Amino acid sequence: MHTVAIADVPELEVRAWRNWVKAELLQGSRPVILYGTRTSETRVALTMVLQRGDGGLDLIRTSVDPTTGYFALSEVAIAMHAFERELHEQFALRLTAHPWLKPLRYEGGTQADMARYPYYKLEGKEVHEVAVGPIHAGVIEPGAFRFMCHGETVHHLEIQLGYQHRGVEALLGRGDPRRHTPLVETIAGDTSVAHAWAHCAALEALAGVALPSEGEIARALMLELERIAMHLAGLTGLAADIGFLQGAATYGRLRTTAINTSMRLCGSRFGRGAIRPGGAGVGLDDGARDAVRDACALLRDHLVAIDALFLEARSVAHRLRGVGRVNRAMATQLGLVGFAARASGVDLDQRRPARGAYAAVPLARTLETTGDCWARARLRITEIAASLGWIEAALAHLAPMPADLAIGALAPATIAIAIAEGWRGEVVHVLETDAAGGLARHKVQDPSLRNWLGLAIAVRDNEISDFPICNKSFDLSYCGHDL
Amino acid sequence: MTFKLLTLRVRQDQGEQFIKDLRAARPAGFRGLPVIDTTPCATGCDACVTACPTAAITAAPLALDLGACVFCGECARVCPAHKIAMTTEVAMASSARAELVVHEGPARRPPIDVAAAIRKAFGRSLKLRQVSAGGCNACELELNALANVNFDAQRHGIEWVASPRHADGLVLTGPLTKNMQDAVQLAWDAMPDPKFLVAVGACAISGGLYRDAPGLARDFLAKVGPLVFVPGCPPHPLTVAQALLDVMGR
Ligand code: SF4
Ligand code: SF4
Repeated sequence: MHTVAIADVPELEVRAWRNWVKAELLQGSRPVILYGTRTSETRVALTMVLQRGDGGLDLIRTSVDPTTGYFALSEVAIAMHAFERELHEQFALRLTAHPWLKPLRYEGGTQADMARYPYYKLEGKEVHEVAVGPIHAGVIEPGAFRFMCHGETVHHLEIQLGYQHRGVEALLGRGDPRRHTPLVETIAGDTSVAHAWAHCAALEALAGVALPSEGEIARALMLELERIAMHLAGLTGLAADIGFLQGAATYGRLRTTAINTSMRLCGSRFGRGAIRPGGAGVGLDDGARDAVRDACALLRDHLVAIDALFLEARSVAHRLRGVGRVNRAMATQLGLVGFAARASGVDLDQRRPARGAYAAVPLARTLETTGDCWARARLRITEIAASLGWIEAALAHLAPMPADLAIGALAPATIAIAIAEGWRGEVVHVLETDAAGGLARHKVQDPSLRNWLGLAIAVRDNEISDFPICNKSFDLSYCGHDL
Repeated sequence: MTFKLLTLRVRQDQGEQFIKDLRAARPAGFRGLPVIDTTPCATGCDACVTACPTAAITAAPLALDLGACVFCGECARVCPAHKIAMTTEVAMASSARAELVVHEGPARRPPIDVAAAIRKAFGRSLKLRQVSAGGCNACELELNALANVNFDAQRHGIEWVASPRHADGLVLTGPLTKNMQDAVQLAWDAMPDPKFLVAVGACAISGGLYRDAPGLARDFLAKVGPLVFVPGCPPHPLTVAQALLDVMGR
C-alpha cells in the first residue's frame, strides 16, 4: 500500500526519466508496473513503479508526447515488454527500437488485424507449425497458440491473446469508483478476492480510512481460501492432464470443500461480496468459525493422503520433472511474479515482509528451485499447506466485523497503489485522482500479464505433447490479461 | 502400511455419490434467487434501483431482472423496508427471457418449455460444447464443476465434448467480445443440426456488468436465440444441472 501526492512524485524530462529507469533496472530494481495516463490531447503521463527489496515502492513520472515517445526500455530489460506494448496500444506511443510491438489485446477497432497478424516463422525443411485456439478442447477461456516445431520439439511458441478483451479499464474510468467492486471482482473471476482487496485498499487509502485489524484478517482469510481453492483447481487439471485420475478426482472434490467454505462465509463460492470499500461482507459468527475449522481439518486430513500419492507416484514425477523449465536467472529477467517466480527460486511474495494481517499471524515461507512443472506443482501443494496453517492460526483472531467504514471524499491529486498477493501472483490496482478528488485513472494489472511470456519460454525445446502440462502448471488468466 | 491405508481411505470416500439428487440439493449459504415481498415501498425510495450495479431493478412496481442480476445482494442490504431478500434457491433458469423477471410476491419457478423434438433427440444424452467469449473464468469453473465427482452430471448423460462437431448444444459464457465473434460463429456453424444454444450467466444473457463495455459485439445472440437462459454470476452448478435436466425432460 503506497499513497503519495502527485506533486511529490519526482518528475523528469522524458530522456532523463528513461535514463534513470534504465539505471535502476540495470542495478536490479524490480519493475512493478509502468502505465500511462492521458493528461491532454497531446500528452501522456507515464508512471514507473519499482519495488525495493524491503517491499517499499519508488515512483517516478514523466510527461511525453506520444508521437515523439522515447527509446524503448524493453531493449535493456525484457521484463518491460508488456508495459511498453500496452503503452503503444493504448496511446499509440512511439517506442523506438522496441523489439516486439505486437498488440496485447487488439483494443478498439483493431479486430481485423487479429486475423492478419504475422506470427513469427521458423523456416527450413521438416519444420512445421501447429495452430491451436482461440477455442480450446476444454471448458476454458480462449487464446491462440502457434507452435513452431521441428519434429516433436517446440522451438518457439507464440501466444496471441486479446480474445477476452471487454474494455475493463474503460468501464472503471466511468462513474463512482466506490461502486466498482462487483465489476472488479470479475476482472479475473478466479481471483475475485485479490482484485477486490487491492481495489478497496487503494480507495480506502485515498479516503484516509484504515480498516481495523479484524477487517484485515477477515480479508486475508478470504484470500487464503481463494488461494487454496485455485491451487486445488490447478492440481486437479494437472493430474487430469497426466492421466492421474485419483488426483484429478480428489483434488477436484477438495476444491469443492474450499469454495463451499467461502460460500458459507460470504454467499459466493468465489468470495464475491466478501470485500467492499470500507468493510467486508464476511459473516464470522461462531458457526462460521466452526465451519472454517472443520473444513481445514478435513482438507488437511485428505490432502495428506492424496499429496503422498501424487508426490510418490513415479508416473507423476516422470511426466513433470524437468519439463517446462524456467531457471532463476530467466525468471528474474522476464519479471515473473507469484508462484511461477517462487517455483524458479525467486523469493518474491507481497505477503512478505509481513504487514497487516500477515504480521498479526505469520505465514510459512514457500520456495522451490528447479523451475519446472514439478516445482510449480510441488509449490502449489506446499502453498496450500501454508495457507491452511495460516487460517488455523488466524482462527483465534477472527472476530465479527465492525460496521463498514464510510468512504468519503478522496484525496485530490494523489496516487494510491495497492498490491495483493493473489494465488497467481501480485494483483496491482493504481488509483489516481484529479485536482478535485475525482478519479483520473484506474489502472489494473493482473499477474498474468507478467507471466504469459514465461510460459512461451518454458515450452522451448520441450515436446509439443507436454504443452498442456506446461500451460496448466502456469495456470494463467486470459481475461485478467485481456481486460 | 500407513500409506496403503491412506490410499484406501481416499478411495473409499469416493465410493458413493456426493450429491445424491441434483434436484433436491440446497447449497448452504448460497446467495441465490432474490424474492420481493408485497410490503409497500417508502414514498420516493429508490435505494435498490441506485444500488444495483447492473440496472437490474425497475421501480413502481418493483421488478428485478435475473438476466442482469449478479447476485451481489446490495439491493437487499440497502432496502429500508426489507422488501427484497436473497434466498438460497438455485432453481431459476428459464426458456423465456421475459420469465426471468422477478415480481412482487412469492417466488415462482420460471418454466422451461422445450419442444418435444428436442427432448426426443437429447433426452437421454446431452453432449455440450462450451465456449467462453469474455467470460471471467468463474462461469467456466462452475460449468467444469458439473463434471467433477461432487456434481457428476455424467450420471444423467450430460457431458462436455471437445469438438463442436460432437456437440448437441453450445453453452455460451461471457458478454460476447468483438474479438471472439468470429470464433463463436465458426463453432456454431460447425455443429450439426439439431442444435441449440444455452446462455449461461448474466454476461451472456444481458451483458451483465459489461453491458456498456466498448469491446462487445452481441449480434450472434440476437441472431441465434438461446433455448435456455441460466442466471447467475456465476450460476451455481446446481442451477445449470437443473436447467439441463429440464431440457432433457428428466
Ligand atoms: S442482487 Fe441483483 S438486483 Fe440486487 S443489487 Fe445486486 S445485481 Fe442488482
Ligand atoms: S456472468 Fe459473472 S461469473 Fe459469469 S462470466 Fe460474467 S462476470 Fe463472470
